[in-house]
Amino acid sequence: MTRAVLQALAAHWRRNPLQFFTFLAGLALATALWSGVQAINAEARASYDAAAATLGEGRFDQLVPRAGDSLPQETYVSLRRAGWQVSPVIEGVLRTDGGRIRVVGLDPLTTPGALSPVGGTRDIDLDSFLTVGVLFANATTAERLAGLPQEIVTDPSVAPDTALTDVGVAQRLLDRPESLSRLIVAPEQPLGLPPLDEVAPGLTRVAAQSGSDVGQLTGSFHLNLTAFGLLSFAVGIFIVHGTIGLVFEQRRGMVRTLRTLGVPLRRLIVLMLVELLVLSLLAGGIGVVLGYFVAALLLPDVAATLEGLYGAQVSGGLQLRPVWWLSGLAIAVLGAGMAGAGALWRIARLPILASARPRAWAMAAGRGRWLQGGAAMLLLAVAAGIALADAGLIATFALLGCLLIGAALALPLILGAVLALGQSRAKGVIGGWFWADTRQQLPGLSLALMALLLAMAANVGVSTMVSSFRLTFIDFLDQRLFADSYVRGNDREQMAGIEAFLQARGATVLPLLRVDSRLDGIPAELMGARIGPAYEDNWAFVDAGPDAWERVAAGQAVIVNEQLARRAGLWLGDMLELGGGLRLPLAGVYGDYGNPLGQAVISEARFSEIFPDEAPRQFGVLGMEPDDLRRALSEAFDLPPDSVVDQSTVKAFSLGVFERTFTVTAALNVLTLAAAGFAILMSLLTLSAIRLPQLAPVWAMGLTRGTLARVELVRALVLAALTAILALPLGLALAWVLLAMVNVQAFGWRLPMYLFPLDYARLGLLTLMAAALAAVWPALRMARTPVSHLLRVFANER
Amino acid sequence: MNARLIAFLLLCPVAALGQGFAGLGTDAAGFAMPAPDPVFDFPADHGPHPNYRIEWWYVTANLTGPDGTDYGVQWTLFRSALAPGEGEGWRSPQVWFAHAAVTTPDAHHVAERIARGGIGQAGVTAQPFDAWIDDWQMVGKTLDNVRLTAGGTEFRYDLGLEAQGPLVFHGDGGFSVKSAEGQASYYYSQPFYRVEGSLDLPDGIVPVTGEAWLDREYSSQPLSSTQSGWDWFSLSFDTGAKLMGFRLRQTDGSAYTSATWIGADGATQPYGDGALTAEPMRNAEVAGREVPVTWRVTLPDRNIDVTVEALNPDAWMAVSIPYWEGPVRVSGSHAGRGYLEMTGYE
Repeated sequence: MTRAVLQALAAHWRRNPLQFFTFLAGLALATALWSGVQAINAEARASYDAAAATLGEGRFDQLVPRAGDSLPQETYVSLRRAGWQVSPVIEGVLRTDGGRIRVVGLDPLTTPGALSPVGGTRDIDLDSFLTVGVLFANATTAERLAGLPQEIVTDPSVAPDTALTDVGVAQRLLDRPESLSRLIVAPEQPLGLPPLDEVAPGLTRVAAQSGSDVGQLTGSFHLNLTAFGLLSFAVGIFIVHGTIGLVFEQRRGMVRTLRTLGVPLRRLIVLMLVELLVLSLLAGGIGVVLGYFVAALLLPDVAATLEGLYGAQVSGGLQLRPVWWLSGLAIAVLGAGMAGAGALWRIARLPILASARPRAWAMAAGRGRWLQGGAAMLLLAVAAGIALADAGLIATFALLGCLLIGAALALPLILGAVLALGQSRAKGVIGGWFWADTRQQLPGLSLALMALLLAMAANVGVSTMVSSFRLTFIDFLDQRLFADSYVRGNDREQMAGIEAFLQARGATVLPLLRVDSRLDGIPAELMGARIGPAYEDNWAFVDAGPDAWERVAAGQAVIVNEQLARRAGLWLGDMLELGGGLRLPLAGVYGDYGNPLGQAVISEARFSEIFPDEAPRQFGVLGMEPDDLRRALSEAFDLPPDSVVDQSTVKAFSLGVFERTFTVTAALNVLTLAAAGFAILMSLLTLSAIRLPQLAPVWAMGLTRGTLARVELVRALVLAALTAILALPLGLALAWVLLAMVNVQAFGWRLPMYLFPLDYARLGLLTLMAAALAAVWPALRMARTPVSHLLRVFANER
Repeated sequence: MNARLIAFLLLCPVAALGQGFAGLGTDAAGFAMPAPDPVFDFPADHGPHPNYRIEWWYVTANLTGPDGTDYGVQWTLFRSALAPGEGEGWRSPQVWFAHAAVTTPDAHHVAERIARGGIGQAGVTAQPFDAWIDDWQMVGKTLDNVRLTAGGTEFRYDLGLEAQGPLVFHGDGGFSVKSAEGQASYYYSQPFYRVEGSLDLPDGIVPVTGEAWLDREYSSQPLSSTQSGWDWFSLSFDTGAKLMGFRLRQTDGSAYTSATWIGADGATQPYGDGALTAEPMRNAEVAGREVPVTWRVTLPDRNIDVTVEALNPDAWMAVSIPYWEGPVRVSGSHAGRGYLEMTGYE
């Protein structure tokens, strides 16, 4: 009997290959987008974890310099002599022929737990690690290190572009004798430890977890991606839900027949569940494969973005990690289960002899409509509440979720009201029938329309955010990159020579001093600038006190970028410790878009007081043609041509980083919109098949099939247009949340919101085109429906 | 003191090979080798000998609290060289590690420290005497009068040590043979410290008095490959006399013993293989293995026939290279107390 039932179930798919395709394609698409995003996230996280595992970040507390990027080795020894169980770490960039490699040095004897790479089963003994010098790196990095005298050991678990070695070896490689970057604090400390302030007042303790700066910075980016993945999945599930609903609806007759023939209900349900499981696993499998390609396609861009934006190293190669392909399969099965649960429930409760006639989709009952409306109101209220409370990043994403789902739930109600209004205003019979029939179809189309609403709103929101960001960023680049050219030199003497040389030729030279540092415990760069009219004329402040530049120039104040001010909770007038015992009040906060780090600017003179050994590595030069400058410096100082960069090149590079950042977003946007178009197509196709009995009387009364087809097309366009109009305010609300809330929390800057009506119009047109395209095929099928089919409706009428 | 040698073996896996150059004065890796008839130069020889592979400053103390409770304290600093000589900063091939413990009749607290030489985190200077690793220290103007401190997550101690007698030399004037094949070390002791100080234990601070014993030993040779472990006794009798004895267990079941009798005045008499006997009388299960915690020790030449019993059988040193070390009570022909170290009990 099982065999017969299975054959009957399979026969449905054979007779409706389109439904079969819709089901598989919808679920596969949803799974593909979801698992693609998950694969990217998993790859990036694995890269961070590799970095964190080698550095002990995240697992152990750390002591970091309050200001500056290094601490003297003596401080480490003093702490140890005071009983503090800490372990030294030095970190720096080694420039090799193969590019920049981050060298991390640690002391295997004092690192807590299983942190050190030595001591495993490898043949590297402690002896050679400590004395000869051994560098651990992954295969790619190892090749680039080949020129070094130390022994290189390939270890795939080491983070990309990173080499791990003994602290002493690292100090020699980086030419930083007796200097350390930070200290790892062992979890167990002895009794009677003196307070940190007494032993090492220059250090501050950073708690585990928050110690991983990269994880912290990039967390928001991945949350973004995940949100997009979920959105795509939701759109995909709309498709599957629609298909499954239809399939089960159409099988009511078969179910009744099978049960009358004696198939027990329980077995039928179990078999249908098995069918659903097999199909969803198949679709999930296809989806995971597609997801792999999506991820492989996007990963290089994501990796470039993460490096450009956050300085995080992410390997560009994609690995098949169980975490994402398993989650892809799981979510396919879960999604199909969710979509099928309602339909199975209805079949389970179907009286054996009830009419098997399809109900042309369940008409939303009055009660259901009220429930839906209530839920929509509740979600929108929660969204408003979160917006007012201004909570953290996760809460803000919850806000986005509430806003989008609430609006989606409200959509059929609003459309229903609009259509009712249209009906009341309609003149003529055909007009009246058009509105009434559209209302009647609304429940069947509403899921597809919701998908369209979400996709379009996401498009409006994200494109508004990106374009606003872009405008602000270009404006900002113009302000920031005011020098005509930028010159890089080799050492202090040469830089001093170049400065004198250029000043003699009447050019304005703006040396820029910088050190990587920590300000208020936050990773930041401290800059020393020669304040002059050029800065005063060009830099724009987010907020500034009177005479901000004068006070900075006089060495009495500091200005910081917006992200540092927000992260440290400082604003005008607050004091900031800058290292070397220097504390200055905040005179201004400036916008610094695209920079993951905090930044503070003090005068050149002040900077040299704290860091007398730092020489400027870069000059801004005003008042000389870049080509002339390049030639002059090449002749006088034998500087290679690439050490002079003109303004336009820097701008192009910065914009390049910016564009790459949003490639992924744009790609996901397009995919989401495509999925929504697909949902509409499938809904219309399936509806058109069921609607024959409703259209036949209209045809019989004299409307030609061609007219009916045109009406169908117009209907799709009207519904899409209405949805698009509703999506616009939703999208703008989304953009506001992204700009004013997500950006502040994720990146540390708030962006002004610009509107782009032309873009919206283009998007609206695109949406209409998608809807029209989706409606064309069903309309054509309508126009070509054989007359006999229409007639048969009356013949079958009981 | 096998623990010390095992530690050394672990740090230098290659060193276990390449024997047989004893006569030349250095081994294959360039380390200096102990030679008979040593001439010590004090206080310089209280300091480190970086040309020897392994060296230690090993203090054990039997102490008593105000209520008569017995306590044991251990403070040990090891030096292990990856290569002979000293180097600048992190390049130094000298690795230091240390163990500290406090044993009470019902508890045993242990801590361990490891450090690189060359950067000031650990080291020893002979004049004034200072041996340190992190915040653990044995420091004084001379070795005769030192302050001993160490601590871990659950204990700390601070003890004053004052020598009441001379240094004593083991074996042949400080040349102590460790096997029939001739492995040897330089080995001398200060067994006459009087101690006063305090222990900071989970139950509170306890003022203590008692006596301590310092062992100094340095060598470049590991144990012979046929030796599986070591039982080492330092016993102080109520008469004022003391006995140092060890028993190196061979893999074939036999043992190599050696002993030094130390009179109350510091006069010594060394005993070669076989003069001392030590037989396990009762085992206890410690850290998942059977360890003999009661012994019968005899030295017929001195009419010694005593029972040596652990104050706390659970004195397991759960450090990188674990072993058993704790205070003991002595009864039988002579009464007294002392310390017992046992290694190689798998």
